[in-house]
Amino acid sequence: MGSDVKLRVQGIEKSFPGVKALDKVNFAVRKGTVHALCGENGAGKSTLMKIINGIYKPDAGEIYVDENPVKIKDPIMARSLGIAMIAQELNFVPEMSVEENLFLGRLPADGMGRVNWREVRQKTEELLKNEGLPYKPTEKLKMLTTSDIQMLEIMKAISNDASIVVMDEPTSSITQKEVELLFKKIDILKAKGCAIVYISHKMDEVFRIADDITVFRDGTVVKSMRAEETNIDEVIALMVGRKMENVYPKEDLEIGEPLLEVKDLKSGQLFEDVTFHVNRGEIVGFAGLVGAGRTETMRCLFGLDPIDGGTVKVSGKEINIKKVSDATGAGMVMLSEDRRRYGIIPMRSVKENASLSALEKFFYGGRHHKQEEVDVVKKYFDKMSVKTPTLETPIKSLSGGNQQKVLLAKWMMRDPDVLILDEPTRGIDVGAKFEIYKLMTETAKAGKAVVMVSSELPELIGMCDRIYVMCEGHIAGELKRDEFSQEAIMMYATGTHNIIQD
Amino acid sequence: MKNGKTSQLMQKYSIFFVLLVMIIASTMMNPSFMSTRNMTNIAVQLAVATILAYGEMVLIVSGLLDLSAGAVLALAGVLSVSVYKSTGNMAMAFAVAIGVSVVFNMINALFVANFGLPAFIVTLATQMAARGLALLYTSGQNILQIGDYAFWGQGKIAGFLPVPVIFMIVATIIISYIMNQTRLGRSFYAIGGNEEAANASGINVIKSKYMAFLINGILVGIAGVLFMARVNAGLPNGAVGYEMEGLTAAIVGGTSFSGGIGTTSGTLIGSFIIGCLNNIMNLQGVDSYIQQVVKGIIIVGAVLYDVRFKNKKAPKVILKKKDEEEKKDDAPKAEAGA
Repeated sequence: MGSDVKLRVQGIEKSFPGVKALDKVNFAVRKGTVHALCGENGAGKSTLMKIINGIYKPDAGEIYVDENPVKIKDPIMARSLGIAMIAQELNFVPEMSVEENLFLGRLPADGMGRVNWREVRQKTEELLKNEGLPYKPTEKLKMLTTSDIQMLEIMKAISNDASIVVMDEPTSSITQKEVELLFKKIDILKAKGCAIVYISHKMDEVFRIADDITVFRDGTVVKSMRAEETNIDEVIALMVGRKMENVYPKEDLEIGEPLLEVKDLKSGQLFEDVTFHVNRGEIVGFAGLVGAGRTETMRCLFGLDPIDGGTVKVSGKEINIKKVSDATGAGMVMLSEDRRRYGIIPMRSVKENASLSALEKFFYGGRHHKQEEVDVVKKYFDKMSVKTPTLETPIKSLSGGNQQKVLLAKWMMRDPDVLILDEPTRGIDVGAKFEIYKLMTETAKAGKAVVMVSSELPELIGMCDRIYVMCEGHIAGELKRDEFSQEAIMMYATGTHNIIQD
Repeated sequence: MKNGKTSQLMQKYSIFFVLLVMIIASTMMNPSFMSTRNMTNIAVQLAVATILAYGEMVLIVSGLLDLSAGAVLALAGVLSVSVYKSTGNMAMAFAVAIGVSVVFNMINALFVANFGLPAFIVTLATQMAARGLALLYTSGQNILQIGDYAFWGQGKIAGFLPVPVIFMIVATIIISYIMNQTRLGRSFYAIGGNEEAANASGINVIKSKYMAFLINGILVGIAGVLFMARVNAGLPNGAVGYEMEGLTAAIVGGTSFSGGIGTTSGTLIGSFIIGCLNNIMNLQGVDSYIQQVVKGIIIVGAVLYDVRFKNKKAPKVILKKKDEEEKKDDAPKAEAGA
């Protein structure tokens, strides 16, 4: 507890009606260091961060900044104490320009309330230049990609002269290159003496940048330790309260005949000549950088975007895919990468969300068979260990991992032959990830075909039988299990493979 | 499970409670409020508005809306009256009213579902067109002496049940059936809640939008006949702003303007709240200008109550339950890996 502690919380307690979200939490962040918080969803990390950011008030306990006790009433006060928070969910106005978004809520103005746009422009240009971001201040946010926007969000938060920066899953939707940029930025902040709280489910990141690690479970701190004195296995074991024997429940299965065959698939400028197949009992991965055409390919296969050419065969039968029901009719289902946009109907119940793709099972004979719906939904929720207070709870009030499991339950209800998963584990906790991996294995075991698009190489390598690597709208390479390595995948993904061969 | 149901029921009751308080207060202010005659009166006055409100509810739940309802009602009504006058065939009169209204709604659906224009703009345009056509067709003159046509707005079955009320009851049953017992109803909630997710789930979004407008079209057509029959004339300038009455009833009844939420029973109660309010103010001889102000206040009050109830109380229950569940999380998860 030397003078190098920037932020310290002591004995923090927070209850919501009927449950203790945080119980006597102590933890401290040192100046010029990165302190990673690990824990499953609902372990209390976000609640604590919300308390530090003044969104919630603690029931008991003290917060010290520079060893001075402070009472943080609201986010404005948090900001004035030098606390900046990068939220997991992106907050931006799509119709506004980069500069307007950057200065949203803090536009410099004179006494008459007139905005000093010159200053805004100048500061924005300076910031963009310093951070090496290649956009114009006048560009509208809706023209940028998700990862660009997340980068901006990060820059916005740390441009405030913050001395305490809280980052909640900052890398969930940015590219590898930008992750490097972010880490460089973090190094600069560290050198300036900033204290950084870093929340992430990605263990490799945590171990790359963290100086200290604190593990949360069930609202309490399980252990705080120096990063160099621990390892990934220990942290995961502490998080889940048991030893994770095998992160990837991969089984060697007998591979059957081809189930999904795609030949020369093409769509506009997005991708072309995409040829691949998936056999029964096989889990096939799609690797590649963001924008390589993986998601685009799957969307076309599933009838969400138009196909310009090529053929698709399921079980040897050619199918003509124009809309989603053509794909589902042929036994395909797809879990979309963007849960909030293409997945959930936020205000409707978990039950309705789960049964949405199999309505004909519950609505027949001219009426709604309520009990059958409840029974089937319950069965699948049990199978997938979905945790929900009631079947009538709106899906928006569930955690990300549980929402994802509800959506998986929705698709499994169709008993699909081909299961396409696009970034199925993005932003969800270790426990939920494991459930999803298990489901993939079970599906393959049942003689079905599984396709997994993922940007996390370890999970592709851990779960797949074969991996196709896409680069700039083409399939750049195909790797068998004995050829798997992060290096090999990245070589194809970045297009350097050809260069080396040439 | 029980908790969710209770909170759901309480949400429904919140609006029912408002109606109950109003009925009690009205009866205390004016005992004749509860008389059979007055109640019948209210029901007849409400019938057309409620039928329109159902159409709006279906559309709003689906993320759409119809600003042309009043004007299309007038056009369908005057054409129907005129057909009846020349043929004397009531079935044909109904068919014309419904047909005209459905055609207009299919035009709305075409521009909204196929061309992706906002329903607000499209139906604003068809509102103008329909009103113009109604005035053009009648040269702006009311069609009078409509004979037995009036029975459908003023007549009674078995000596006490007003015809429009029967239509309203039947509409309530059918709309409630569609919303609760059919796949179509589910797809309305889904496309209004998140159109892209509904599409990605295999829901035919375009077809669902057409169906929502089709249902609205049939309701507006029927309302056209009932309205003209009740006022005993074909009024090309009639029913101005009726779509707003329908919208108001749906919103007061708990339909969420952002789509995905709304019920038939809520809409019915919403319609009754407004109907009772109008009636008691008339009985008490409240100045009609003041009536409008009061109505405005009551609408905001009802919706505010509803919104605050939903946003403040309900999540607390959910939060608590959710955290409890997450506390319990560990046990099953540990088993999963073992």
